Amino acid sequence: MTPQDLFQYLLRLGDNTLVLGHRTSEWCGTGPVLEEDIALANTALDLIGQTQMWLGYAGEVESEGRSADDLAMLRDVWDFRNVLLVEQPNGDFGQTMMRQFLFDLWHDLMLANLQKSADPRIAEIAEKASKEVRYHLERSTDTVVGLGDGSPESHRRMQAALNLLWPYVGELFVPDDIDAAAVAAGIGPDPAGIGAQYRNLADEVMARATLAIPSDPFAHKGGKSGFRHTEHLGHMLTEMQWLQRAYPGATW
Amino acid sequence: MYAQMIKSEATKEDPEKLAAFQARIDADDKIEPKDWMPLGYRKTLVRQIGQHAHSEIVGQLPEGNWVTRAPTLERKAILLAKVQDEAGHGLYLYCAAETLGVSRDELTEDLLSGKMKYSSIFNYPTLTWADMGAVGWLVDGAAIMNQVPLQRTSYGPYARAMVRICKEESFHQRQGYDIMMKMANGTSAQKRMAQDALNRFWYPALMMFGPSDKDSVHSEQSMAWKIKMNTNDELRQKFVDQTVPQAEYLGLTVPDPAVKWNDKTKRYDFSEPDWDEFFDVIKGNGPCNTERLAARNRAWDDGAWVRDGFLAHARKKAARRMAAE
Ligand SMILES: [Fe+2]
Ligand SMILES: [Fe+2]
Repeated sequence: MTPQDLFQYLLRLGDNTLVLGHRTSEWCGTGPVLEEDIALANTALDLIGQTQMWLGYAGEVESEGRSADDLAMLRDVWDFRNVLLVEQPNGDFGQTMMRQFLFDLWHDLMLANLQKSADPRIAEIAEKASKEVRYHLERSTDTVVGLGDGSPESHRRMQAALNLLWPYVGELFVPDDIDAAAVAAGIGPDPAGIGAQYRNLADEVMARATLAIPSDPFAHKGGKSGFRHTEHLGHMLTEMQWLQRAYPGATW
Repeated sequence: MYAQMIKSEATKEDPEKLAAFQARIDADDKIEPKDWMPLGYRKTLVRQIGQHAHSEIVGQLPEGNWVTRAPTLERKAILLAKVQDEAGHGLYLYCAAETLGVSRDELTEDLLSGKMKYSSIFNYPTLTWADMGAVGWLVDGAAIMNQVPLQRTSYGPYARAMVRICKEESFHQRQGYDIMMKMANGTSAQKRMAQDALNRFWYPALMMFGPSDKDSVHSEQSMAWKIKMNTNDELRQKFVDQTVPQAEYLGLTVPDPAVKWNDKTKRYDFSEPDWDEFFDVIKGNGPCNTERLAARNRAWDDGAWVRDGFLAHARKKAARRMAAE
């Protein structure tokens, strides 16, 4: 795998956690109940920590002297490589937790594979992250099941969230040249290979949650390649990057 | 101080029981939930612990205001962890209050209706990143000043909650001061921001200790019960004595020309805050009272379907278990 390809590969991992961590942090102090506030903050903190590891390594691989913070705070939309799913707005708590579940399920499978990576740094980060993500998945699964199979209103809202977000799931499993290079180098798994496993597990959880996965197989894409993000990402970056942009060169 | 202006309840109970109770307090015995206690003691504690808990919860908002704009990943993580700690403090304190026979939901309703108060400091806006430094340094600093003695308060669950909370608060204060250091030693814009934050938060921080002793008529009973350990003015003076040298070290100016070391008293002289402003804020006319209360109400109302949904699920699960047995 060329350093350029590896750099892109690491950006994908780091931008996913960066963007989802940021989205989750938007909840700060406004959750439905105190325990959920604490759990949301925990998830965001884990994801920010993982971002520091992925983007830190990405900066090293790029070897142009960019730190994790430089990569997070000083790139514009078209240089972000996160999937579209994670940049979707929080919506209500159900939408946030549905997004979290759909991502966690992939994240958990992905990290299990990355722990076997031929790149020892990736294997190391994946091992550390997977312990956290295992817990995220447990929690988001419980939430999706609890609210899906809850009151009529919570069921309706969770089904609406699933309908809204399911078209963003497919992108996680569409392979491209960079994935192929990662597979060839033994660095990462074939995304398509994870897809079947994902679907089985998702079916099982949604059955318990009494929710129906939409039958339309259509999938949006463009985040992972950076070709076409949604409009939401730019607004998120405007907020997240504001201080670094407004006061260039300052140390915080 | 996260609990301001707590009115002590008078108590009319069996004098013998009262005397025995006071003797336990005087002997530094801890009162535990199942022990007999005067009604006034219980009511005053509920109000004080509840107000303290509400302050932790509402206190998430001014700092939450900057989580999504934190300048680096590390700063974001530190700030988020801090706000998370405050939620945890709220949780410990609600639990302590529950041992006195009042539920978290009841207390929450009283916060949301405006019947119960929270610390006036959280009705001030956070306008720049330096405010995250100033809040940690001054607000958590003032909170520690009040809470460290409360670790010895007479009510066991409250004292124990304070022990856990104090450990984290001193961490918060150090982190706040660290932000101020970076700003004060930074670019000229950062220095300006730091000074501006100190200018805005100095007097509100002094107000956190509550009105001057001469106007604070409710303290005596609470002091006798060891629910309140020091007078407002004692704590305020201590805070000023600790904070002025810290400001000097940062190269910042405390916005009070009267601040001067007094060689006779061995303490700093300083000006009283504007108590009219304080009472305005308490009455609901602070810069952010409306937003803060609206934000808590919105979070609670928006979360209603979630709480109901989880409850419905728990009931279904229990019913299924019953049916299976
Ligand atoms: Fe606190
Ligand atoms: Fe604190």
